[in-house]
Amino acid sequence: MAITAQVAEQPAIIKSRSPLAETWDNLRRSSAGMIGLSLIVIHLIIALTSPYWVPYDPLEMNAKIANQTPSLEHLMGTDKLGRDVFSRSMVGGRVSLVVTILATIIAVTWGGLTGILLGFLGGRADEICMRFVDAFLSIPWLLILLLIVSILGTEMWVQIFTFGFTYGVSTIRIARAATLDHVTNDYILAARARGEHKWTIVTRELLPNVLDVLLVDGAMNWSWMLLGFTSLSFLGFGVPPPTPDWGLMIAQNRQILAIQPWAVFGPVIMLSTLIIGINLFADAFAKALGLDRSQGAPV
Amino acid sequence: MFFLIMRRLGLAVVTIFIISLIVFFGVEALPGDAATAYLGQLATDESLKALREEFGLNTPPLERYVNWLGDLVRGDLGDSLSRRKPVTELIGNRFRNTAVLAAAATIFAVPIAIVLGVIAGLTRDKWPDITVSLVAIISMTLPGFVIATVLIYIFAIRLDWFPAVTLIPSDAPISQLLPNIVLPIITLTFVMVAHILRLVRTNMIDVMLSDYVQMARLKGVPMIKIVFQHALPNAMLPTINIIALTIAWLVGGVAIVETIFNYPGIGSLMIHGITDKDLPLIQGIAIILAAIFIVINLIADLLSLFLNPRLRTERGH
Repeated sequence: MAITAQVAEQPAIIKSRSPLAETWDNLRRSSAGMIGLSLIVIHLIIALTSPYWVPYDPLEMNAKIANQTPSLEHLMGTDKLGRDVFSRSMVGGRVSLVVTILATIIAVTWGGLTGILLGFLGGRADEICMRFVDAFLSIPWLLILLLIVSILGTEMWVQIFTFGFTYGVSTIRIARAATLDHVTNDYILAARARGEHKWTIVTRELLPNVLDVLLVDGAMNWSWMLLGFTSLSFLGFGVPPPTPDWGLMIAQNRQILAIQPWAVFGPVIMLSTLIIGINLFADAFAKALGLDRSQGAPV
Repeated sequence: MFFLIMRRLGLAVVTIFIISLIVFFGVEALPGDAATAYLGQLATDESLKALREEFGLNTPPLERYVNWLGDLVRGDLGDSLSRRKPVTELIGNRFRNTAVLAAAATIFAVPIAIVLGVIAGLTRDKWPDITVSLVAIISMTLPGFVIATVLIYIFAIRLDWFPAVTLIPSDAPISQLLPNIVLPIITLTFVMVAHILRLVRTNMIDVMLSDYVQMARLKGVPMIKIVFQHALPNAMLPTINIIALTIAWLVGGVAIVETIFNYPGIGSLMIHGITDKDLPLIQGIAIILAAIFIVINLIADLLSLFLNPRLRTERGH
């Protein structure tokens, strides 16, 4: 019969898919996730290229045209020093993105490795360290960030270090919890029996298995860091003026909120779309990896 | 059960102790000290030396820590550097103001979050859920100060219902505080509701799918009874943790909201202290806020233990 002949002709080959391809496929199915990813990519492109195509110099002041509402020449109007709000909004994310992306890498690396190590070593060291971690996480995050930044200054490297270190501590907990799930498995036992060096076990055996949790946590940390960084800028402890920065712009232009609200709405829209994008993506990413996204405390 | 509670209490005390270490020695470890922070760019060698004498910074750190701890236990938080008054005096009224703000926000936020969460959970993916969830997600992703700014724009500027900025001193009676409190409360409530609501919704969805609820439905138990007698109590259990976390977040989050509205509370005092680099003030507030955080967590822990007997055995941890 025709059908049987067809079936008999095709040998059954099941191609094995790499986990990366599978994850990407799952991700693609979530429309929210793809929207999120697009938002992130758009923001990255804007941040990288904006200085070259913005209509006005973000630093150029012109008191004569201050506080103008949106018009054809100034799409979002001007702020109280006569600077073009649209240009500043496009450029305003650069510092936040550089600081938060680098800080996220630091946080995931140091928090992840420490957490895995603690989960693996266990015992007294683990208990004592976790007490310190708990204590550290009890101090209001704002206080820690402000404290360090106020004493050390507001240069970019200080902020990258501060954010990386502080948010890394919460990653320690998550990495440790994820490691504890794996550490009792036989392949770890086998590795120890083989005489593998502790550090090799951490990086070669445990890390790849914990990586998905770390990546999702990294994405969440990134969005919290953006919130934190913007809050710091808003309070005046971030980027010094006149550098355009979303938080700083919101703070400075609050005074003219009544007459030129777009000076505040511009950076607000930019910031919100980026954070929403990251959250949508992180949610979909976690689902694609088969994880339950960790619930953190609000920032 | 008794030992479990004692253990938790002991753990809490130890944690507060560790926090005091971190707060004190963390500040020590940073380059510069209270003198350089205070003088900033005006620092010269002689002025630094003189100031250090005055601030008592020349004694070894360990001795200073012990003194600080000793004073702390007695309720003396030292003197504020920039205002030359005892820290406790500065904190006094502001603590009350912040407490009022935080308590009001919590009293509104928790019930609203539970009600909305139940509604969203029960009408999953239909329009009530979609609206509520959408608003929740937006609230979660916007920073508190953005929500505050938007609220100020709508209610203070466009509608002129409430003042945008608080102009009363910190020791004003509570009745004067009230009109100034509305917008800050709404801001805080937005953020808190968003976080608690999501968890209530998830838990409701899970519980409604569970076996015993299916059984009740099959038995013909009316929906209302199912929701209030069976589903809700069980859905609430994990929520206690998030409620505690959110209240604890208040401890930090209130600072930004207070600063925006110029509300005379402990949060804005903290920000002023940091702007002035007033280390005794900062350390004092840090310890108090951290202690509050720990107490809240402890209460949440004990409440969980009380409500969920499974957690009382060692393995339930």
